Amino acid sequence: MVTGQVPTYQELDFYNKQMRFALRNCGRIDPENIYEYIARQGYQALGKVLTQLSPQQVVGEVKTSGLRGRGGGGFPTGLKWQFAQQAPETEKYIICNADEGDPGAFMDRSVLEGDPHTLVEGMIIAAYAIGASQGYIYVRAEYPLAIQRLKTAIAQAEELGLLGEDIFSSGFSFQLHIKEGAGAFVCGEETALMASIEGERGMPRPRPPFPAQRGLWGKPTNINNVETYANVPVILLESGAKFSQVGTEKSKGTKVFALTGKIKNTGLVEVPMGIKLREIIFELGGGISSGKDFKAVQIGGPSGGCIPAQLLDLPVDYDSLVEAGAMMGSGGLVVMDSDTCMVDLARFFLNFTQSESCGKCTPCREGTKRMLEILERITQGEGREEDLDLLEQLGETIKATSLCGLGQTAPNPVLSTLRYFRHEYEAHIRDKKCPAGACSALLQHRIIPDLCRGCTRCAKVCPVGAISGKVKQVHKIDSSACINCGACLEACPFDAIERA
Amino acid sequence: MKKIESVADLSRIKQEQIQRQEKRGARVIVGMGTCGIAAGAKTVLQVLEEEVQRYDIQVEICQTGCIGMCEQEPLLDVQLPNQGRITYGKVTPNLVKRIVQEHLVEGNILEDAALARLTEEV
Repeated sequence: MVTGQVPTYQELDFYNKQMRFALRNCGRIDPENIYEYIARQGYQALGKVLTQLSPQQVVGEVKTSGLRGRGGGGFPTGLKWQFAQQAPETEKYIICNADEGDPGAFMDRSVLEGDPHTLVEGMIIAAYAIGASQGYIYVRAEYPLAIQRLKTAIAQAEELGLLGEDIFSSGFSFQLHIKEGAGAFVCGEETALMASIEGERGMPRPRPPFPAQRGLWGKPTNINNVETYANVPVILLESGAKFSQVGTEKSKGTKVFALTGKIKNTGLVEVPMGIKLREIIFELGGGISSGKDFKAVQIGGPSGGCIPAQLLDLPVDYDSLVEAGAMMGSGGLVVMDSDTCMVDLARFFLNFTQSESCGKCTPCREGTKRMLEILERITQGEGREEDLDLLEQLGETIKATSLCGLGQTAPNPVLSTLRYFRHEYEAHIRDKKCPAGACSALLQHRIIPDLCRGCTRCAKVCPVGAISGKVKQVHKIDSSACINCGACLEACPFDAIERA
Repeated sequence: MKKIESVADLSRIKQEQIQRQEKRGARVIVGMGTCGIAAGAKTVLQVLEEEVQRYDIQVEICQTGCIGMCEQEPLLDVQLPNQGRITYGKVTPNLVKRIVQEHLVEGNILEDAALARLTEEV
């Protein structure tokens, strides 16, 4: 058989710069068959940990690896484990935050659906390291397939004795439970998540005390996200030092990104830290699907920010992104072309966080509401000159004074678009124009006299009678009567109507 | 199922599984992540089962998760014994019929529809 003409995966642009740690088995194995996971080194790291390493040594390896939390803030994982390990109490908990809720993000879902055992193995290792005997996976009920595959994986691991009593005859015992969340965005915040597991309303609690001191049921708790745990078996199977060879000085290993928006190759990629955004979007992602110009990429979801074209060569690592006004977040990349209005985009994300605000603290509850009102006003063409300063002032105050991560990051999309696309805001306010042609209240329909043949079709379809003109003569739109519905634009056979 | 009580037990189970996988006959693997299912993988699976029955061939039908190319879903891989795994993308019921007849029955890769081949296995 001739296979020469079919490229290998490594030869595809989509894959040749990828490096797969967390996704190493996704799309390769049957996620409902534990033996296929075992055949690809599955549970070997766990066996090594339980029979050869002390909990302190495990924490040491994870610290050496330089692994940082993949869920948002990027806190060093080994250090977090060390805090929980050193907490004096005997009853401790391990939690996996699988409450993935950013619009356009599906990194965790793919791991849960494609390789649930890597999460189970990573969590058992973490439990051994900190001394926990119970663990919870908090996953949203909107992920039914992920939940089903997790349940299967847990049952199989229990059947083989990899979960339960005296694992690998080491004396270490661990049980894993699934908690289905109802889908409130704030429950992705760790203290709200723990309140939700306890049966309380999902509302955040002040920190400190941090979960490592007082977490679930008031006991020391370690909480990481799916991708973080998925990296743990990789680190322990080899060594922390080997893992730390990938990435940049302060951001080690790889990161999974979900590519969405106006990009050709929508999908999921895992790339070494330090890669440039340009490489992800234009090489792996294949560029802009519409063929129009790249405008910006929203990174980190509603908590993140917009990176403009002039920063495309920014290396993707925790610190560079924060410096640019965005954040790694969990890894959603929404690509935008010249048709996207940045004011409208900021309004969209703020509308999301505003509706998801739990209402406990005033800066988030009231502040995001006021910011949203200002943004709505601007997109309606009723913005005022002082609005931009007010937005910045409100944004900085909300960031500094909100109780939890939701409020502390909610202004980011507004602040980063103000930083890089201030001229678009100004165009909305001063010229009452939307440069991207997206805010319908600011659009005007106009007949281009040179192209109009006076066929009367536009006047016939106009629902408000705003178009006048005699047959075979140039027509005219009365902009005070026009409702910008666009019916004339569609009806005109001569492309004589423009919208701007 | 016997419980794994030591690292040696795990290694033995791993070796047994690798041997089982090496002896596997023809396999078709359908991408059954949410992205695959949303793009029509369940229909693909159903047509595949019907076609395999119609030709009365020995084929193991398996599933896998998301490999990342969500844009190309539904994805379907064909793996014949001792050969690389060939991935087909944007698979339609008609393409399933062609794949079963031309690739599985006649042994010819559909070069026009194949996306990529996975080289290292197990």
